[in-house]
Amino acid sequence: MKSLAELQAIRDKMQNKVALREGTGEKRVVVGMATCGIAAGARPVLGAFVEQVNEQGLAGTITVTQTGCIGICQYEPVVEVFEAGKEKVTYVKMTADKVSRVVEEHLKGGKPVAEFTIGQQKA
Amino acid sequence: MKELSLNLLDIVENSVKAGATLTEMLLEQVGGALTFTVRDNGCGMDEETVRRVTDPFYTTRTTRAVGLGLPLLKLEAEQTGGTLTVQSDTDPVHHGTTVTAVFHTDHIDCPPLGDVVASLITLIQGHPDTDFLFTHRLGEQEVKLDTRELREVLQGVPLDSYEVLQWIEGYLREQYQSINQ
Repeated sequence: MKSLAELQAIRDKMQNKVALREGTGEKRVVVGMATCGIAAGARPVLGAFVEQVNEQGLAGTITVTQTGCIGICQYEPVVEVFEAGKEKVTYVKMTADKVSRVVEEHLKGGKPVAEFTIGQQKA
Repeated sequence: MKELSLNLLDIVENSVKAGATLTEMLLEQVGGALTFTVRDNGCGMDEETVRRVTDPFYTTRTTRAVGLGLPLLKLEAEQTGGTLTVQSDTDPVHHGTTVTAVFHTDHIDCPPLGDVVASLITLIQGHPDTDFLFTHRLGEQEVKLDTRELREVLQGVPLDSYEVLQWIEGYLREQYQSINQ
């Protein structure tokens, strides 16, 4: 059974790591979590990004955050990737299954997955 | 919405936007009725706004003039023969809003509750600096999470740290498992 003692152990481990985590994220992944996004399936998409970014040790350079309605509800779930000095990339009709390619090819590899972007998907 | 847990996630977002420092969520199954309550200490709404919140053509957002969160919850509750009530107060001391939806779970149109744990994790990941008190009463037993207790233990370690989120998920899933046994 999970106990508060176990949480204390996590705290002790994390307190040494906090300084490392506060580096400015080079890339920011923003998932639309308004009513439209949630209804279209954004919750598992967000969960997949949080899991994969952390499991692959990318949390130091990539932050995953939530936002409200981006205004293109028919394309939800919508995920935007921001990177300093580069144009924003908008992924639409995302699913948890599509997340691993975005993590691998875009977040790690630096090359956006064109076929998932708004320019190449029908509403 | 496919699951009531998604409505829960959606409605609590309103509380966070209203500046709530504490949002309480209570799910209570009594006989054939599930009562779904979200109570916050946010800024509250005036009477005119409370009257309009279940109108899909009323919204506080600016990207477009449609807001579907509460109207969808109302529709889903009423489709099961249930109700939705919204109480709110803008009093400087006792401000806040309470949304209560009653579902008749034996009605064929009642959506499944779905993955409540995933919704709670999503809320904490998105809003690590606000507090949530979640209680799910199932007969004599209950599943409970109070982020204020966790914050006390964590002493400044953020609630949205991945290790902490994983612990919270395990903590909640274990509570559900022990009830199911």
